[in-house]
Amino acid sequence: MSLEIHDISKSFEDNHVLSNINFSVKDGEFVSLLGPSGSGKSTLFSIIGGMSQPSGGSIYLDREKINGKRGSISYMPQSSSLFPWRTILDNVVLGQEIAGKVDKEKALEMIERAGLKGYENSYPRQLSGGMKQRVSFIRSLLSPQSLILLDEPFSALDEFTRTKMQKWLLSIWEEHKRSILFITHNIEEAIFLSDRIIILSNKPATVKKEFIIPFDRPRDVNLLLSEEFLTWKKKIYEEM
Amino acid sequence: MSTMAKKGWRPVLAIILFFILWEVGTRIFDMPSWLLPGPIQIFQEAWTSWSIYTEHLPSTIQLIVLGFLIGSGVGVFVAICLHLMPLLKDLFYPFIIISQNIPVIVLAPLLVIWFGFGMLPKLIVISLVCFFPITIALLDGFRQTDADLKHYIQMAGATKGQTFRKLEWPNALPSLFSGLKISATYSVMGAVISEWLGASKGIGVYMTLASSSYRTDRVFVAIIVIVALSLLFFLLITLIEKRVIKWKPEEGINPYES
Repeated sequence: MSLEIHDISKSFEDNHVLSNINFSVKDGEFVSLLGPSGSGKSTLFSIIGGMSQPSGGSIYLDREKINGKRGSISYMPQSSSLFPWRTILDNVVLGQEIAGKVDKEKALEMIERAGLKGYENSYPRQLSGGMKQRVSFIRSLLSPQSLILLDEPFSALDEFTRTKMQKWLLSIWEEHKRSILFITHNIEEAIFLSDRIIILSNKPATVKKEFIIPFDRPRDVNLLLSEEFLTWKKKIYEEM
Repeated sequence: MSTMAKKGWRPVLAIILFFILWEVGTRIFDMPSWLLPGPIQIFQEAWTSWSIYTEHLPSTIQLIVLGFLIGSGVGVFVAICLHLMPLLKDLFYPFIIISQNIPVIVLAPLLVIWFGFGMLPKLIVISLVCFFPITIALLDGFRQTDADLKHYIQMAGATKGQTFRKLEWPNALPSLFSGLKISATYSVMGAVISEWLGASKGIGVYMTLASSSYRTDRVFVAIIVIVALSLLFFLLITLIEKRVIKWKPEEGINPYES
């Protein structure tokens, strides 16, 4: 699996939002897109997801052009977007259902791995914000597509829950090694999670700089307090 | 339900108070019973002539149920068609509104002229009053689909049919049930009105016979029966709603949302 973003531009009438964006996500890689709010990150996501056509450029998934093609990537939105009338189990298999093949056994296993055993038959309203985001992430993991787009998934959570969720995300991801493209405006989050960070400039968004984050995996929360981590944070902060 | 039990005595008390005032009023002013009978006389009549009006009940209930089923079936069908084909919506939406502005009282005799005194014109009247609240409620439910959920399911590659079945339809179910509840009560009214036009049996017939022979107490008995039927029907729909829509929050059990 590999994703190639090739010279993507997008403008709405006179409003130039994206300008010649180029980057790639390799197989099993965790890449973060870091940029200020309103820098067109979500526009980029909806182009990759096939929701809108780029004004110029192409997107390739495994060398196949996917411009305007929906359903070729798995997606975890900012709000958990769980279906209120579905139980947790029915929610996590939704992506599979749309693609046509449901594996309930694997779904139950993942629910248990996520520490949500006993909630299979609960409805989303009975869960806390952090739990809902976990369900949402499992849903995207269980979807058959090989690339997962995460759109600021933890931005609505409080600080404590967020750190816990980041750790949890890493532990699950390190097991499954899916390719992830992660949008965030939180520098620490990006450094802690990613193999590579792509920094977008503001209006029109374009790739400003790329950093390869050298920290070993599995990563621990203690990393957040290390000298090296702070040096990286400073380096990236100065770039933005 | 416990809140119902706790607060239910208030309207009951109000009704009892109202009946007492009514009874006392008719006695003080010495009302002739053809003009306004007191509640005691009405309940006595309801008790003694039980066998007379229960004979009329089955045909009315049959009309209500059939008319309601046809009307709501048409209502759901129309709503789905208009939703899935926006062009149809642009063409026909105004006519649906207009159909409700024609008074049933005017339309009903016309239907009798066209279709005779059988079941058909009666079912048309009931369906006509039933389908509208359902179509409108359902269309509203479809329209109010959560934008985030829609975005998600489209990103996931759902077809138009999948989006409808997995998202828009379940999302509109609560609206459908509010439409059904309104229609349930309308269908009882529709049945009675259609029976006024000409029928051999039915609560509507019982009512016309009673009023033309100045048996005002029997008119009130008919009113009680109609109200009871409406309430029963309403209750039935509410029970079905509770079984179908299980995901709706009940008060006070959600530990996370305030």
